[in-house]
Amino acid sequence: MSTAVLGQGTRPVGRGRPGVRWTLTGGAGLGLGIALSWFSLLVLIPIAAIVATAGDEGWHGYVDTLTNPQTWAAIKLTVGQSLLVTGINVVMGTGIAWVLVRDRFRGRRLLDLVIDIPFAMPTVVAGLVLLSLYGPKSPIGVNVSNTRTSVTLALAFVTLPFIVRTVQPVLAELDADVEEAAASLGARRVTTLRRIVLPAIAPAIAAGAALSFARAISEYGSLVLISGSLPYRTEAVSVRVLTFVEGGDRTSAAALATVMLAVALIVIVALDLLQRRVARRG
Amino acid sequence: MTQRTRFIALTAAALAVPAILSGCAASSGASSDENQLSVVGFSVLKTANEPVISAFQKTPAGKGVAFTTSYGASGDQSRAVAGGLHADEVHLSLTPDVQSLVDAGIVDESWDQNATHGILTDSEVVFLVRKGNPLGISGWDDLVKPGVKVITPNPASSGSAKWNILAAWAHAKDAPGGTDATARDFVTRLLDNAVALPGSGSDALASFLAGNGDVLLAYENDSIEARAAGDDVDYVVPSDTLLIENPAAVTTDASSKAQDFLDFQLSKAGQTLYAKAGFRPVISGVHTDVPGANDPSNPFPAVAHQYTIDQDFGGWDTANTRFFDDKTGIITQIISGLKIGG
Amino acid sequence: MVELPVPARWAVRLAAVAYVFLLVGWPVITLAQRAFADGFAGFHAAMSDPDVTHALLVTVEISLWAVVINTVFGVGMALLLVRYEFPGRRVLSALVDLPMSMSPVVIGLALMLVYSGRYGWFGPTLEAHGLVVIFNSPGMVMATCFVALPLVVREVVPVLEEVGDDQEQAARSLGANAVQTLRRITLPAIKWAVVYGVVLSLARSLGEFGALKIVSGNLTGRTQTAPLVVEQKYDNFAQNEAYAVAFVLVAISVLCILVVSLLRPQEESTS
Repeated sequence: MSTAVLGQGTRPVGRGRPGVRWTLTGGAGLGLGIALSWFSLLVLIPIAAIVATAGDEGWHGYVDTLTNPQTWAAIKLTVGQSLLVTGINVVMGTGIAWVLVRDRFRGRRLLDLVIDIPFAMPTVVAGLVLLSLYGPKSPIGVNVSNTRTSVTLALAFVTLPFIVRTVQPVLAELDADVEEAAASLGARRVTTLRRIVLPAIAPAIAAGAALSFARAISEYGSLVLISGSLPYRTEAVSVRVLTFVEGGDRTSAAALATVMLAVALIVIVALDLLQRRVARRG
Repeated sequence: MTQRTRFIALTAAALAVPAILSGCAASSGASSDENQLSVVGFSVLKTANEPVISAFQKTPAGKGVAFTTSYGASGDQSRAVAGGLHADEVHLSLTPDVQSLVDAGIVDESWDQNATHGILTDSEVVFLVRKGNPLGISGWDDLVKPGVKVITPNPASSGSAKWNILAAWAHAKDAPGGTDATARDFVTRLLDNAVALPGSGSDALASFLAGNGDVLLAYENDSIEARAAGDDVDYVVPSDTLLIENPAAVTTDASSKAQDFLDFQLSKAGQTLYAKAGFRPVISGVHTDVPGANDPSNPFPAVAHQYTIDQDFGGWDTANTRFFDDKTGIITQIISGLKIGG
Repeated sequence: MVELPVPARWAVRLAAVAYVFLLVGWPVITLAQRAFADGFAGFHAAMSDPDVTHALLVTVEISLWAVVINTVFGVGMALLLVRYEFPGRRVLSALVDLPMSMSPVVIGLALMLVYSGRYGWFGPTLEAHGLVVIFNSPGMVMATCFVALPLVVREVVPVLEEVGDDQEQAARSLGANAVQTLRRITLPAIKWAVVYGVVLSLARSLGEFGALKIVSGNLTGRTQTAPLVVEQKYDNFAQNEAYAVAFVLVAISVLCILVVSLLRPQEESTS
């Protein structure tokens, strides 16, 4: 890894904790102020507008929205599939990052090039292409269209880059010394992986997983075509929100959106707590 | 070149590009220029409007008029205009999308008091089938037979999908011995046969073209365009079906040229051009060949038994409340009571 | 450095390559096939459409602005979250990820509720002072920033935590001020995390579709972006042209990663 001015070779791996934190002084305080202002204008105030609109009918609105069986089915499907895909991504994403950083083989660079493509492809096109490859006209005879598997497929597609790209720079930054020290002390490979490498990349995995989950629960474009949006079977929350908006019912749309925000927050916080525990074991 | 220099050069180049490009990309904003017309329409109008706009610009009234256009799903466009998107004329898929603009004060209440009651283009609900019509679909009753796989956009998330479902209802109600109960049963059986309920008309078409389903509930103009574009499909115009009426209105603060444009669109010249794009004319005396139609020289066969929203459903307001209300709508209830595919 | 035993190494390699191929590689190949289904002449015709070229320019401009803003915000926010202590730090950290959990319809709705010129909280006031946000570039940049907001932050935070602050503390104790420490120690250490964050942000911004559909007004030749022109082409039965434009978007993003990967020194997997 390119080294900074004073030389980085002596840092132990897997500290996880950043050491002493600075308190806010003038410059940092100003920076925080600017960052918060931008964040408010861009994110916090619009989210507040959503929550306020959801509250137009008070708790009544939330309860009505959640108890609608079709909406509830959509929530279960979306959250369940998103958790599943996040789990898949944790495994596959870490594996891909490993291969990209620590392996050498012909075509590795090509693999690196392809990873970010799901982001750059507009969801409308992603849906069309996935439908043609894994739908009724599939060249390999795999037809998952209008089934729950298609939801998993579409979500796996749009969330592929997250964990790979968050783990990649951290893995690349890891110091070989500690692992070698462990090996020279007789640790088996599995132990080294489990007690040194894993805690070091746990924060990165968690960060990527949080993003992956968040993106998955909000997906619309690529999902809606291949899943067929069948009520109770393959209808995602984003479709229900659109239905409410289309019907002029902004309150229910906002209520459902608020519920999903809460779900996302819970998962993000849970992942944050989880990775702290894993990181600490190192 | 050291790595650091390369890095800086790349970043500088990246930052220079927006500076250069900001000259190119214009921004929108309200325009009160008399010779600037902003037209907001539903998606497939993009191709249909191009020749109409050029033809208008060749007329004395349209000389020197510049157009800004925006096309998208009818509901989205209606909401955008209600949210501030400047429009001199709106041309949408169904009347409720214009009505919401009347409610927002953007379109005058008298918009539909012209010779065509505010309607600019017509179409019909038809069945899009695989080339050669292998299942021999000819009428609505064929759609509810067991094993027939139907695709229709979901009327809850696509305003323009409402035409399909209402057409089915009208057919069942109009059949001998038809009552509300039998109509309800018919629509339920139809939706039970649905293998997909995509969010929009174009998604439904994409799903059908990708191989899903045996028959798609579609609009005649879309079907004609699909065939003209070479897609492997045929369409069937059933002997009884619902007339699709697309309204157009000039907004309250529109430039005076907007009314001139609307008049042109309603004229024989304009309607002929729309006919070539697959839309049924709303005035009489328009005859033209239509590529893509089942019979290009007789593109719009008369429908023996024509249903309309006004005559068979008492107008859109009544139809919307009765069938599509969030909680009490008949169709809403049918869909939420369905266990499709399960 | 832990080396997997040979069979495990091959298994992981195979799994990674197969997964990425089936999920992404093959779809991209299909996309390319369709983009060039009418040959190079067809592709060229698609690219010569003035609506398309303008849409691509708009997309690139909006994306670059969004990436620059997000990078500055992302690095700053990451530093604040990792190196500083202040009340609400944990809450802010959780909130930063939230934008990504909002579906495009919700993002569009949220921005309209605040900035719409007709009924928004701030919109009418802003427009009265000449600042048009919605259906104009500022709104589009905001929507794009929104969807890619956490990307740079989440790339940088784990690396900042991993790198630790020994050197920064050492520099400070030797008398360096905050700016010098930042410029000569911190930034170089997180350089590659920032680069990955930028590339991801750029890719995400290029491909943004749903929220921009609502916030841009989709004005042909003005605020219409490339993903929106893709949909429009598809809806108007010009499918191959739609794929051609989508292919260009993907190609831009691949080009960026290619540049990054060429810039990286070849030192991975030292053994």
